[in-house]
Amino acid sequence: MNSTSEALAGGTAHQNWIPLLEVASQEVFELMLGCKLTPPDGANELRPDITAMVGLAGQLCGVLSIGCDHKSVALMASKMLGIDADQAGPEMCDAFGEVCNMVAGNFKNKIAGLGDGCMLSVPTVITGTEYDLHSLTNTARLEVKFLFEGLPMTISLEVNN
Amino acid sequence: MNSIRALIVDDSSVMRKIVERSLVQAGLELVAVFGAGNGAEALGILASNQVDLILCDINMPVMDGLEFVKQLPAVANAKDVPVVMITTEGSEAHVVQALSAGARGYIRKPFTPDQVKEHVIPLLAVKA
Repeated sequence: MNSTSEALAGGTAHQNWIPLLEVASQEVFELMLGCKLTPPDGANELRPDITAMVGLAGQLCGVLSIGCDHKSVALMASKMLGIDADQAGPEMCDAFGEVCNMVAGNFKNKIAGLGDGCMLSVPTVITGTEYDLHSLTNTARLEVKFLFEGLPMTISLEVNN
Repeated sequence: MNSIRALIVDDSSVMRKIVERSLVQAGLELVAVFGAGNGAEALGILASNQVDLILCDINMPVMDGLEFVKQLPAVANAKDVPVVMITTEGSEAHVVQALSAGARGYIRKPFTPDQVKEHVIPLLAVKA
């Protein structure tokens, strides 16, 4: 485990959190959805049309987001709720938000000393492709990419220094 | 005791369904399932319904899970009902707070049906 004070001390130190973000993401998909995330193969360029976001506040301030396409989100809802992917309907976004919430929670629980000092916001889900996310200038960005059931997915954490 | 009446308290309807599904996967027959979006709603349900098990999130609007657990002893229908917290809050401090408040078990999200079974079945066996 990395300590919060070490990692918050400088921008480059945040890179030490990438393995934690990877493991936190993989655990959520394995335990809650029963599937393994695999490394990206480079062939699938992601243009996300749905993004889930959870804010972090306290000792660690930032935003964790997951970007993928609607088909991936329908599959997530299907696996979480035990329904057909084409029946997911409006619960699709709620399920996606919960996945994001659990990745954020699992990630912060892996950083020694942070658990109590960091609160999570309610998840937000944005659909569409025509938007830009602007963070404060003093922000470090961590990003991990996976294939979920062969479909590309990006999980990123923007940390305010 | 494999046939139970459960109360699931979580502000996410999707998470309530996932928890319900986990109970079934753990081998429990749910003769009734009540859902509440926060502690206050749950207290309202308990005022007129008997349950055998309560599964409860911590971070919820209106009344959070810790406050809900603290208020349970005052509810005639629920003072002996085991409560298991299911939450993303994984720090030791949260676990201690929850158990001190009266919770009998603590499951961190993400979780598997096996973890639910491991925490819940012994509590129901004791109650039976």
